[in-house]
Amino acid sequence: MLAEILQSLPQVLVDGIALGAIYAVIALGYTMVYGILELINFAHGEIFMTGAFIGVAMLILMTGMGWLAAMPAILALILVLVVTSILTGFMGVGIERMAYRPLRNSPKLITLISAIGVSFLLQDLVRFITEYKRGNYILTGPSMFNEQFSIKFSSISSSFSDAFFKTSTLILIIAVVIMMIGLDFFVNKTKWGMAMRAVAQDRETASLMSINVNKVISLTFFIGSALGGATGVLFAVQYGTIDPYIGFILGLKAFTAAVLGGIGNIRGAMAGGLMLGILEMFAAANLQLLTGGIFGAEYKDVFAFAILIVVLIFKPEGLFGKAVTEKV
Amino acid sequence: MNKLTSKLKGNKLAQIILLVLYVLITSLSLYLAQASVTAFLLLLFSLLLLYYTELPDRLKWLIAGVVLIGVIPFVSSTGPGYQSYMEVATVVGIYVAMALGLNIVVGLAGLLDLGFVAFFAIGAYTYGIFATGQAANFMPFGTFPLSGESFWIFILIGCFVAALFGVLLGIPVLRVKGDYLAIVTLGFGEIIRIVFNNLDKPVNITNGAMGLASVKPPEIFGYQFVYPNQFYYIVLGILFLVILAVRRFEFSKIGRSWKAVRENEIAAQSMGIHLVRTKLLAFAIGASFSGMMGVVFAAKQTFVDPTSFTLLESITILVMVILGGMGSVPGVILGAAVITILNLQVLTEVTNYLNQLSLDGVISFPEALAPAKMQRFIFGAILIIFAIYRPQGLIPSKNPVFDEESLKEGSKKHRKEQITVEPDKGFQA
Repeated sequence: MLAEILQSLPQVLVDGIALGAIYAVIALGYTMVYGILELINFAHGEIFMTGAFIGVAMLILMTGMGWLAAMPAILALILVLVVTSILTGFMGVGIERMAYRPLRNSPKLITLISAIGVSFLLQDLVRFITEYKRGNYILTGPSMFNEQFSIKFSSISSSFSDAFFKTSTLILIIAVVIMMIGLDFFVNKTKWGMAMRAVAQDRETASLMSINVNKVISLTFFIGSALGGATGVLFAVQYGTIDPYIGFILGLKAFTAAVLGGIGNIRGAMAGGLMLGILEMFAAANLQLLTGGIFGAEYKDVFAFAILIVVLIFKPEGLFGKAVTEKV
Repeated sequence: MNKLTSKLKGNKLAQIILLVLYVLITSLSLYLAQASVTAFLLLLFSLLLLYYTELPDRLKWLIAGVVLIGVIPFVSSTGPGYQSYMEVATVVGIYVAMALGLNIVVGLAGLLDLGFVAFFAIGAYTYGIFATGQAANFMPFGTFPLSGESFWIFILIGCFVAALFGVLLGIPVLRVKGDYLAIVTLGFGEIIRIVFNNLDKPVNITNGAMGLASVKPPEIFGYQFVYPNQFYYIVLGILFLVILAVRRFEFSKIGRSWKAVRENEIAAQSMGIHLVRTKLLAFAIGASFSGMMGVVFAAKQTFVDPTSFTLLESITILVMVILGGMGSVPGVILGAAVITILNLQVLTEVTNYLNQLSLDGVISFPEALAPAKMQRFIFGAILIIFAIYRPQGLIPSKNPVFDEESLKEGSKKHRKEQITVEPDKGFQA
């Protein structure tokens, strides 16, 4: 049994890192908003999904006009990424302005309910626009970056088999790393980043220090949503088919990743996302083997939620977070 | 209009006469124009009017009972639409009971549960497994399916099993802070669905995605319940008990401690309220209502499969509670009725009408915009609008206010205390 697990391990790792990278960037969006507003932004998964749809729509449009053939594919992808992230960024700001800001002083239950409402509204909005335009709400993007590569793990030791991946996986991982380093630099080294950290620590004191709190919150939503939207495009390129309901379950898992890494902690969210991705791929590949065929790969979602529940019970502050004692 | 309402206020006789007239007219129109959905809905609307009259509570209950047990089944019974009206009324009843259960969890105890339909599923499967041949796959003794007479016991069993799962879920989860609860319950709802969907191996318990077919109908003394008009009375009976229980709980010691926990956990704790126990009780009681109705649902549909228990269902029940008013029993009943009728009748009717128009070539109407598909959009919009503009819902909840002076006098003279009501301030902040 161990030999079989080892055999598939390189492939599991490659797939897991690709999936984990996606979780990590979405988890960033959750964790940033939670850090500042203490609100679970249920709509974040839907922003990711909308990003995927905008990206695919642009790619289809560009194919139709012949641009995609005229310019190098990587340039087209960068263009799509930039435009999508700006659009979803403004969408995030708009959602905050319309649905969350009026409720900032209400009980938290009410804000959560509003967030769920936004999430459902977006799902159906995207659903009917897509269905109206194309007759079907399941979209398949143009196939790009499909060249296969393999890493020869078998040359290291014969107990491993080779891992295969596509160019898109490579692009995904590189793009995610750039986004993460950029965000980390922004939050820790720039003046606006400092303002964000200050607002997260204490909103009222920050406003006394002449920080424009509303602007900082808008900026947080912009950055989180822009990153989420860009990840949506990368997801669509990597996995091909998208539908309006991908955002919810994926967002939920990304939230699990954020909790795993310690909510409010940006580097924790990155680590948590990668861990969750690898764990989930490992479970999908080996659950059947490990349990003697009782549980199959269809339980991988259950596995992810089980991690969430276990973390919440035993270490609610997450792996990298600091335990907060509540002051009365 | 203002003059009219001010004249009506305080004049109970006029109110009764108007109400009776209203019921008579709507029943007559339903009796004569059988296919009219509008007449049926208007007749149901009389219950809302009844709520707003100033009659004594007992009289209100009596009138509601007469309308529900006698008038509605009788006047709709003669036409071809009888079973479909009764079907709608039965489903409304099922959802009202579930919304009342969720109302205890969300409205009274302030715990956001996004996986509420899981308990409904547990109830439905509890009856479904034993009332089909399915149980024979893993039970070493007994003959299955059980007869339809076991249905009545299974209402209780479903209630207990759902409550048990409520407690099992609650024990680990209720220790974490409020907003994590939403995520965990959301996850739990999905887990239950995935598990039911895949529990056909290694031992075939739930028959997986195929679902359980031909569930035995309920039976008593050889009389079988098959049609919606028969289930209507079962649902009505359970609903009566549920409403009674909820009203009892709301103003009891435990109900007050739920509200205290909702408003401020730390303050409640310092007043000697056991937090985890109080929350667990809310979870268990809310779940048990849902479990009971799950059993009825399984018997009514005679078919159970995992697709009936999706996240959309959980959110639908949440929308009912938010629309009606968190913590308010009449509000939640109204919310559940409105949303169910919207789902079952209004959206499909409007879709058919629009399709007909586009078939006739009056307008070109794209299939994608069919209102029947727009549930998520409508529910999302309701949630946002009510959260921002009217968090207390259509009928805000009321807390009884006791007048101190009259209480003191009352204790001296052993007189019944005067109770007035004022709006619940909880959700208006």
